Amino acid sequence: MMAAFEPKIVGILCNWCSYAGADLAGISRTKYPANIRIIRVMCSGRVDPTFVLQAFAEGADGVLVSGCHPGDCHYQEGNYKTYARAEILEQLLEQMGIEKGRFRLTWVSANEGEIFASLVSEMVEEVRALGPFRPTRERFAELQATIGREVAPAAGAGGEGND
Amino acid sequence: MTKLKLAFYWAASCGGCDVAVLDINEKILDVAALADIYLWPIAMDFKYKDVQALDDGFIDVCFYNGAVRNTEQREIAELLRQKSKVMVAFGSCACFGGIPGLANLYGPQEILDRVYQETPSTVNPERVRPETNWKVKEGRLTLPGFFSAVYPLSDIVQVEYYVPGCPPPVDLILRAVQAIATGKLPPPGTVFGSDKTVCDTCPRKKEEKKVKGFKRPHEVIPEAEKCLLEQGLICLGPATRGGCGARCIEANMPCRGCFGPTDRVLDQGAKMTAALGGMISSRNETEVRAALATIVDPAGTFYRFTLSTSLLKGRVRPVEKGCPPGGIVAGS
Repeated sequence: MMAAFEPKIVGILCNWCSYAGADLAGISRTKYPANIRIIRVMCSGRVDPTFVLQAFAEGADGVLVSGCHPGDCHYQEGNYKTYARAEILEQLLEQMGIEKGRFRLTWVSANEGEIFASLVSEMVEEVRALGPFRPTRERFAELQATIGREVAPAAGAGGEGND
Repeated sequence: MTKLKLAFYWAASCGGCDVAVLDINEKILDVAALADIYLWPIAMDFKYKDVQALDDGFIDVCFYNGAVRNTEQREIAELLRQKSKVMVAFGSCACFGGIPGLANLYGPQEILDRVYQETPSTVNPERVRPETNWKVKEGRLTLPGFFSAVYPLSDIVQVEYYVPGCPPPVDLILRAVQAIATGKLPPPGTVFGSDKTVCDTCPRKKEEKKVKGFKRPHEVIPEAEKCLLEQGLICLGPATRGGCGARCIEANMPCRGCFGPTDRVLDQGAKMTAALGGMISSRNETEVRAALATIVDPAGTFYRFTLSTSLLKGRVRPVEKGCPPGGIVAGS
């Protein structure tokens, strides 16, 4: 029997608020699923959309980006830039066929350990319901394997006969 | 000196790259003096069997333009690779999939249905589709098979050099031809072009990039001196390799990104997302959302030439029925 699907979530958290919030969740012994792999960056404004796309390209099932609440950014306006980028990125991801629930931008402050834990639990369940996300390499290996077995269009009328 | 042996081929492309070769005008005579041509479907009459008859590695340089979308294009790519010492991906389609690569936002069946059934100008009550193999009384007719995705040339065969551009600018073509003719070849894998972005070579005046929203080129006549991004036009300059001579920008048109990203960038669309996201002046979420709703088609705009070589390479699942082309409506 195949093992149950455990989603892999990449969490990119800012140093000043969200990472501290995740830390608080840890030291408060708040329980939340171990599906998230946390990467600390100095500011959510450091999160290049490339990071998110690369995480998906390499087979992350979901990506969570979290920063300080609006107005609280340690660098004044990093999170406003993140917000605008995430808005565009969400449109881009939708066009690329990536379901909404796989990418999230949230604001978590240093004293919101509980909120962080519940956010992660919620996202893990949402992504679990969506199922695994296939890395680009795997998806294209499959497509390349179909080279030679090209799309045969649905049989149409006309001509004298297909055999 | 023995003459250079050249071949040119077009695959999934518009023919503009071949015309660009002819655009070197009188210098074409230098090329003719310098080189013998063994295949050039747009300009000269050779047959594939002429190429098949050549020894392996006989052709010095093959300029292959166009992406690879069907079995014929792959077959000729493989044949020319075998017969050529140097393979050049010529033009944006061969380098990155180009405009045809945008078809990777759809599956092959969706494309065939659209083209042979759904377009407003199509009348096809018998639902005729192209067949790869068909018997008629005179014998058997065949057509190349249609791949599930559009591939850049380097996904199919080994490529030594890349000459990007839609089409490649004449001076870049001459540089490549001269490098080859004089044997001063750069290391394999080199992309002819600049190491820096279009922004870096752009002659326009740049100040602070803060905008309330974006406009499309047909909605505004831009000022000639000022940065196009600052005027609210989506210019792909920040995410695109320079070396093109900023031709579009000089003609008062924003950069469309045909040179692809620079070496240090993995994904042109992600970089454009970052650049434009950082330009919105408002801090109010509703206003930001309204400002960004003016970007009508992010995937089609940011990946206009590079979807096939982007991190995701294309849409990851079929478009749901009832979904408008491109997948989304702006502002939804």
